[in-house]
Amino acid sequence: MSAVAAPLHVEANASPPRLLPPDATYGEVTDIVASGMERRFGRVWWIALGVSLVGTIVMLASIWTLLSEGIGVWGNNAIAVWGFDVGNYVWWIGIGNAGTLISSMLLLTRQRWRAAINRYAEAMTLFAAALAGLYPLLHLGRPWYAYWLAPYPNTMDLWPQWRSPLVWDMVAIASYLIFSALFWYTGLIPDFATLRDRSRGFRQVVYGVLALGWQGSSRQWKHYKSFYTAMAALGVPLVVSLHSVVGLDYAATLMPGWQETIFPPYFVVGAMFSGFAMVVTLTVPIRWGLGLQRVITAEHLDAMGKFILFGALVMGLSYALEWFNAWYGGNDVERDLVLFQFTGAHAWLYWTMLACNCAVPQLLWWPAARRSAALLLATSVAVNIGMWLERLLINIDTLTHGHLPARWGFYVPTVWDWTLFGGSLSLFTLLFLLFTRFVPAVSIHELRELARQEGAAR
Amino acid sequence: MAQVFRERANLFMRLGLLGLAILPGSLGLLGFSYYRSSAYTGVGRYVEQPVPFSHRHHAGELGIDCRYCHTGVEKAAFADLPPTETCMTCHSQIWTNAAMLAPVRKSLADNRPLRWQRVTSLPDYVYFDHSVHVSNGVGCSSCHGDVAAMPLMAKAEPMTMGWCLDCHRDPAAKLRPEEAIFDMRWQPPADQPAKGRALLAHYGTRAEHLTDCSVCHR
Repeated sequence: MSAVAAPLHVEANASPPRLLPPDATYGEVTDIVASGMERRFGRVWWIALGVSLVGTIVMLASIWTLLSEGIGVWGNNAIAVWGFDVGNYVWWIGIGNAGTLISSMLLLTRQRWRAAINRYAEAMTLFAAALAGLYPLLHLGRPWYAYWLAPYPNTMDLWPQWRSPLVWDMVAIASYLIFSALFWYTGLIPDFATLRDRSRGFRQVVYGVLALGWQGSSRQWKHYKSFYTAMAALGVPLVVSLHSVVGLDYAATLMPGWQETIFPPYFVVGAMFSGFAMVVTLTVPIRWGLGLQRVITAEHLDAMGKFILFGALVMGLSYALEWFNAWYGGNDVERDLVLFQFTGAHAWLYWTMLACNCAVPQLLWWPAARRSAALLLATSVAVNIGMWLERLLINIDTLTHGHLPARWGFYVPTVWDWTLFGGSLSLFTLLFLLFTRFVPAVSIHELRELARQEGAAR
Repeated sequence: MAQVFRERANLFMRLGLLGLAILPGSLGLLGFSYYRSSAYTGVGRYVEQPVPFSHRHHAGELGIDCRYCHTGVEKAAFADLPPTETCMTCHSQIWTNAAMLAPVRKSLADNRPLRWQRVTSLPDYVYFDHSVHVSNGVGCSSCHGDVAAMPLMAKAEPMTMGWCLDCHRDPAAKLRPEEAIFDMRWQPPADQPAKGRALLAHYGTRAEHLTDCSVCHR
């Protein structure tokens, strides 16, 4: 064989940036994560817990009002039949998509920096997907009849309408929630065993039960690795199908601005985009609060910043395609809707959305911006807001400006819309605060693996 | 390091996991059976009435036609319950002092109808029409059972939507000629499939529309 043969692939990662402190041992890596949750939590944690608890109670009050008074307490009306409820559902499920997508895609593509972020990204997924599931249930008006969506052998010989995307939606969310919970828990088993071995008394028993008798034998690791990788391989298509189905909720209708073949992939990218932004929004406080600067480094922020930038470009392209297709399709109603988006009643929201989703992330072309926690956080919060506006506008722009001018209307959210949304953010925060307290926010065993790969472990 | 759990913990854990798998399935099976059992549907349950009226005696032994009392059954959605005066066409002459019939005499004297209790009840969103069934080849006993053999009226069929659909999906299996509608002991003859198809054409029933939602729901 010739010595000058060109290499089959360029060794771009011949000397990848180090992700762990240079001489981190297994014990030190374990201590960095476990000490963060074992020490006493400061005043900030307790204040945040109190505030989010109050917000959660407000949400419960809002739900109580909704159930006792009916859907009329919301801003939804006979024209804007989908408002905050469906918009917030899509926003939350988008965020809920990202954790599993990030975690399993980065695992399958062997991205080492995944080890530091996958655990809390998956927790974010789980909480966000559960909150997302709450919205369609409440949107039913009579949530206690939700089981009507399920195919169960009833005495009416009735089966769900399989041609309805709403039925696909129910199946998609339910399978996704089950999958996310199992994937998250599987990743946690070795870490629960670590915590079991570090704690005493009641905590030891609880972590012991959760660890399911994990001993860390070679045989267990062998099974664990193949199971976990197989789950990741299942997870990626599941996530893509879930958000495609959410897109089809819209695309399968006949409304202008909804009936577009681009919707499924456009929704998947939007979900990844908003989810990555939420991961960054959570990374910065977690890194600071749990003292994880040594394992979540500037390299991680840099990599996530690149993802957000890429997402912003694809979103920009998708928006441009929507405008182009409205013009190119020659349908007056579609053209009129695009004009309405830019100049109509909600135009200021549309412009804000474009600024947040497309313009602000351009900042991340500069490496210094990607590596600065403050700037990255500001960008990701902007993206979160932008994506929320997008989810809201998809609903209200089309519905208040459809085919019939006689059915053009307006949508104004009420106090119960806002309290439910604010409350769901509070519940999300509450769950996340409790998560950082009782579950290792970073995967300990995968950090140990990383330490071994970086060759410094002893 | 000391063991956290005793050996027996494995057993409890496995039992717990087994329970997690079995419990939802069993609950589902329980619900499935319960909603199909007579405990829920009320099939065979007798209903207490103000007067213990015997269909076996009146319709069976005496041979009074159904339509003598249920006058609306061929013309209206509701089959009608007889007014007290219908009872009195006979009972002003016979059994005039029977203790059992005291509520009937009181009803006539006070000019207040008897409060008969429903035996077969459909939900309010089902717009059942007696006349369209009776005049298109569906006999009384197909839904109400052999009333002429019942001392007290009992529910004969579950009246679930699935039960309605059994016929609406395959009406030919139960259709009768006009003269057999009020025959309480009618049984499908051996050549019912052929007869049923002929009867569908005879009554002009478009079977493919019988499962449209709006046939029973508005």
